Amino acid sequence: MRHIISVLLENESGALARLVGLFAQRGYNIDSLNVAPTDDATLSRLTLVTQGNDQVIEQISKQLHKLIEVVKVSDISEAAHIERELMLVKVKANGNQREEVKRCADIFRGQIIDVTPGTYTIQLVGTSDKLDAFIQALGTTPILEVVRSGASGIARGEKTLAL
Amino acid sequence: MTSQTQPDDKSANPNRSTEMLSGAAMVIRALADEGVEYLYGYPGGAVLHIYDALFQQNKVKHVLVRHEQAATHMADAYARASGKAGVVLVTSGPGATNAVTGIATAYMDSIPMVILTGQVMSHLIGGDAFQETDMLGISRPICKHNMSVRRPEDIPYLIKKAFHIAQSGRPGPVVLDIPKDMTMPNQKFPYHYPTEINLRSYQPKQQGHSGQIKKAVTALLGAKKPILYAGGGVIMGGASNELTELAQLLNLPVTNTLMGLGAYPAGDKQFIGMLGMHGSYEANQTMHHADVILAVGARFDDRVTNNTKKFCPDATIIHIDIDPASISKTVNAHIPIVGLVQPVLSDMLALLKQKKKKLDSAALQSWWQQIEQWRAVHGGRYDTTAPLLKPQYVIEQVSKITKGEAYVCSDVGQHQMFAAQYYPFNKPNRWINSGGLGTMGFGLPAAMGVKLNYPDADVVCVTGEGSIQMNIQELSTCKQYGLGVKIINLNNGYLGMVKQWQDMNYESRYASSYMDSLPDFVKLAEAYGHVGIRVTTPEELQPALERAFALKDQLVFLDIHIDPKEHVYPMQVPGGAMNDMFLSKTERT
Repeated sequence: MRHIISVLLENESGALARLVGLFAQRGYNIDSLNVAPTDDATLSRLTLVTQGNDQVIEQISKQLHKLIEVVKVSDISEAAHIERELMLVKVKANGNQREEVKRCADIFRGQIIDVTPGTYTIQLVGTSDKLDAFIQALGTTPILEVVRSGASGIARGEKTLAL
Repeated sequence: MTSQTQPDDKSANPNRSTEMLSGAAMVIRALADEGVEYLYGYPGGAVLHIYDALFQQNKVKHVLVRHEQAATHMADAYARASGKAGVVLVTSGPGATNAVTGIATAYMDSIPMVILTGQVMSHLIGGDAFQETDMLGISRPICKHNMSVRRPEDIPYLIKKAFHIAQSGRPGPVVLDIPKDMTMPNQKFPYHYPTEINLRSYQPKQQGHSGQIKKAVTALLGAKKPILYAGGGVIMGGASNELTELAQLLNLPVTNTLMGLGAYPAGDKQFIGMLGMHGSYEANQTMHHADVILAVGARFDDRVTNNTKKFCPDATIIHIDIDPASISKTVNAHIPIVGLVQPVLSDMLALLKQKKKKLDSAALQSWWQQIEQWRAVHGGRYDTTAPLLKPQYVIEQVSKITKGEAYVCSDVGQHQMFAAQYYPFNKPNRWINSGGLGTMGFGLPAAMGVKLNYPDADVVCVTGEGSIQMNIQELSTCKQYGLGVKIINLNNGYLGMVKQWQDMNYESRYASSYMDSLPDFVKLAEAYGHVGIRVTTPEELQPALERAFALKDQLVFLDIHIDPKEHVYPMQVPGGAMNDMFLSKTERT
């Protein structure tokens, strides 16, 4: 099953390598990984999408906790949460296709953020599923490049993952 | 109990003016303030400033090994015997990579250690400089934590932090990488050694959850076929007394893991032997049929459980461990308790003493009757009538002459299992072996580390002609420091455990398990300035041991030629349950 794990990590050199290394050593997979400093510059917030049964996810969570620089760990997909991912897609857009692509981007509430005579670059934000759906919807439009940030997530309501 | 001095806490004295020290001097001064007596290491370019600082003081003594791996095992064994972190100093590049096996050995067995590795100058890092290696990258998966010095003034804090992390929670080795420019002798900084460290991201749990402890006590008192299964955590957690008291209060049968030998006294009637792959018949049977297993500081390792799908089908498992990740990792625990084993066992004891309810004594009695029947089978015992020297007999004789009081430092292989089975450990911290990683070459340096710190104790290295040659150069270090270790070399001419597996699984095709051209170990020992004695018959053993142990301060190398056909039994049948065992070459359960 797909899980979204949020981690608060000391913003120190080597901390991220240690965390990623843990996944490689112990054979856990990473679908996506997203990391940046928070409002507190000493802390990084990391969102990790992984797959596994309950036992594997429990081990992942415990092993993450063991890392000295890990401050907090939460499987936010266990409860109500919001998930967002940013995607930038560069497509070939000529002639009739230009209208078609624009319409499709509008339907998905994407924005065209760069234009050349032959291409569009579309920015789209949503759940990872929605981004997958957009790629599908582009149909025969030739895709030149796709950049995805990996999911970021936050718990709904009052629940927070903070110090 | 240890030869280490108390930390000299000058930081508590407000009148002391701040001292100005170089990074190199701070390294050594911090170790002295931490109470470190011995530093095990080998010099090289990147650590020369530190060695120079070491030379100019006399609080911290340095032991010069012949290979960095030996330095790590010496420090490791000191930690296993004393409970305090051992400290290693090696240079960058090959110095550091030679220490890797020793770091991994300590990590697998949760042994506290601080390893200081030299590094090339900061501005050269990443440029493939001479003797540069990414030690942080290399050691990351085999240590509890690692850090690098970025500013010389951080050295005292980082050293304190390294000790704090190494010795708290689930202990382990911590690597501190020190670029050479952090230790320049002419650049001085204010020195202050912190008294404590508080890390927001690392707050290991101490006490167990009281609700869980209550549940555990209730489950234990409801048991009809209980067993106590104790691991290395009891030894590193200093909880042998509490464990013994609890076992005796409830009259529980006790089994120790390979790492836990000595946690419960082997001479006591409630002790039913080691469990697992080469565990006793009675221990494995008792585990398999138990209805409640109280696991303390053990991790349900694959060398214990055999096939986890067939593991102890009727048991409710109570698992006490400091590391939550060890709980329900391989075998599901019904009542997990996270905490240091010593306070958790104390809390359990207090609760048990208040309770009116006792264990069902009739059920317990019939359980003990069953266990005694298993014990009477003498499953896996060796042939005492054979004309050739049996390794088991040798270990029994070593145990007799040392009155079961020696520190026994083992290498890895058949001899390790024979020592575990036939030397009765009645005290914790006396059995020193590489259980998790299974590092050949561990035994001799380990014995050296113990002997240096406990010079009056009998320290035995049980080894084989394969393992001993992996660090035999340390015979030279032994001479330099006068380390009177007794080496029991169980020489069968084969890599015995490999040969045993080849006998059992490969129709005795001995692919590279026979060692031709072995040295004359007696002459070799003599060449290093020690005493060598060869033993080839059972009659020669007793006098040789007497002579060896009478030579108090001398290293004696006993090259004992044993039956090359001997196998270690019992041995669990691969893929089977706990109690599926081969008991000899012809019998199985």
